[in-house]
Amino acid sequence: MSDKKFKQYIWELPVRWCHWVNVLSIVVLAATGVLIGNPVFIGSSTDAYLMGWIRFIHFVFAYAFLVSVITRMIWTFTGNCYAGWREYFPFMGAAGRAEMKEVFDYYTFRSKHPPETTGHNPMAATAYFGVFCLYWFMILTGFAMYAEHAPGGTMHSLLKPVYVLMTTQTMHLYHHLVMYLIFGFVINHVYSAWLMDIKEKGGEISSMFSGYKFTTSPYAVCKSRLWDFFPWKSKK
Amino acid sequence: MDREGKEKQKKEGFSVARMLEERGVSRRDFLKFCSTVTAAMALPATMAPKVAQALDKVQRPPLVWLEFQDCCGDTEALLRSANPTVGELVLDILSVDYHETIMAAAGHQAEANLEKTVKEFQGKYLCVVEGSIPMKEGGAYGCVGGKSHLARARQVCGSAAATIAVGTCASYGGIAAAAPNPTGAVGVKEAVPGATVINLPGCPCNADNLTAVVVHFLTFGKLPSLDSHGRPLFAYGKRIHDNCERRPHFDAGQYVEHWGDDAHRKGHCLYKMGCKGPATFHNCPTQRFNEKVSWPVAAGHGCVGCSEPQFWDTSPLYRRLPNVPGFGIEQNADKIGLAFAAGVGGAFAIHGAMNALRKDKDGASENQKDGEE
Repeated sequence: MSDKKFKQYIWELPVRWCHWVNVLSIVVLAATGVLIGNPVFIGSSTDAYLMGWIRFIHFVFAYAFLVSVITRMIWTFTGNCYAGWREYFPFMGAAGRAEMKEVFDYYTFRSKHPPETTGHNPMAATAYFGVFCLYWFMILTGFAMYAEHAPGGTMHSLLKPVYVLMTTQTMHLYHHLVMYLIFGFVINHVYSAWLMDIKEKGGEISSMFSGYKFTTSPYAVCKSRLWDFFPWKSKK
Repeated sequence: MDREGKEKQKKEGFSVARMLEERGVSRRDFLKFCSTVTAAMALPATMAPKVAQALDKVQRPPLVWLEFQDCCGDTEALLRSANPTVGELVLDILSVDYHETIMAAAGHQAEANLEKTVKEFQGKYLCVVEGSIPMKEGGAYGCVGGKSHLARARQVCGSAAATIAVGTCASYGGIAAAAPNPTGAVGVKEAVPGATVINLPGCPCNADNLTAVVVHFLTFGKLPSLDSHGRPLFAYGKRIHDNCERRPHFDAGQYVEHWGDDAHRKGHCLYKMGCKGPATFHNCPTQRFNEKVSWPVAAGHGCVGCSEPQFWDTSPLYRRLPNVPGFGIEQNADKIGLAFAAGVGGAFAIHGAMNALRKDKDGASENQKDGEE
């Protein structure tokens, strides 16, 4: 492998926006969520409305998170190949599995070759699929608990399957527990990004701001499929 | 009802209003009762005269009250008051055919009464069930009059116009169904899936809600609309938390931290003492108990969530969250979660340290020794 790197546009704007909206939402949701579960503050008077505001912030960011997750899922069908849904199932193909083994061997100190990936690292992408499932679990249980303020309302009716599967108390319990799973993911994610930024020298961390990564392959360009949906605008 | 009264009824035709009049309840009190019960059913005030009209005209529908695996608490809740209310009298008038705790008849005579009602009023009588039904070993864990609870439930609930399951046991199995549920206790709907069942869970069920359901049935000839647990929406359509008189303290962030502390004496929110109000649907805060005297949260104790399915297994009474399955009782979700997050952090710290020491083979690794860029 040569040292020569090519600057490639990998992460499109919606991918980056969704990523950072997720980051902000998860931080705010976790902080407010912990306070809602275990309020350590004391309202000075009955008209303080402290818990009221904390819950309000939790709900606002819950909606922001929902919009972000849905947007990102739509983008897996409209964005470029690095954002595409196939990225999240590298284990479905032989090539993906081989690549995954390479990364796994490097992580577990069985190989000394830092893997070179253009888009998602296949191990990471698999974890993202898992974490998307956790996101949806949190969204469904969260909004199911939220919708109980208006039983029979639209949201309550839409979430009926959740009420069939779990009692409200069970939802509260797993909403707490899955938050800690997401904490585990965040620790892993930040650490791996830092590690691969150093080892790959592809600008892993800054790519989440700029969209550009440095790759060994000069043929890494793949265009967004968004313009397939708007053919009259696709002249570029 | 004495013989004279029965004959009079035959002559003049039965009406709830006349019956009440005989018992010293004035027309004014009767109309007041109609207004309050209309409000309890969450119907507009304009419906009150219709309720009164319907009760005036109603033909006496027979009602039987069966007890299975129960503590008699719902009967107690209904009967125990110094002065019987108009609502209780209405129920009393309706429930004369069979009630194991309060009927005068006994033995074969009582069973014959029940048989007669089931046969003669097939599909027309109301049935109230208190207590859960044991299903294991073919229902061998409980019997009355030589018949298992299960057989009686199938026979009596199966041919009733409607069955009202009062209390949490009759609704979803209740305390008797708590793990490991040795008798296989279930609620009426599960034991007799074909029956028309309305659940009035609660420990005990609020007699006002029972009266309202009966009056609804008498007025409209059908049961009120139900939620997904088979509970009437007028009584179980809102969370306790949303109508709680301590709710402003919850929103303000004022919580009781210990029993008897300053906040407790001031009547602050019981959320941190394990109150299940936010997860429980019931009209306790508005309807209250015993002629609207009080209810648990008003008395200074958190809600235990007694009208929710599985409350007996999933909710420690004085903790907000259920216990985590598979972990000891002293662990809670947050302790386990923090330990998990700390474990992950530790694992990656070690991984990071090992990476700082490793040497990669290819060219891209020449100047990575310091590990930070």
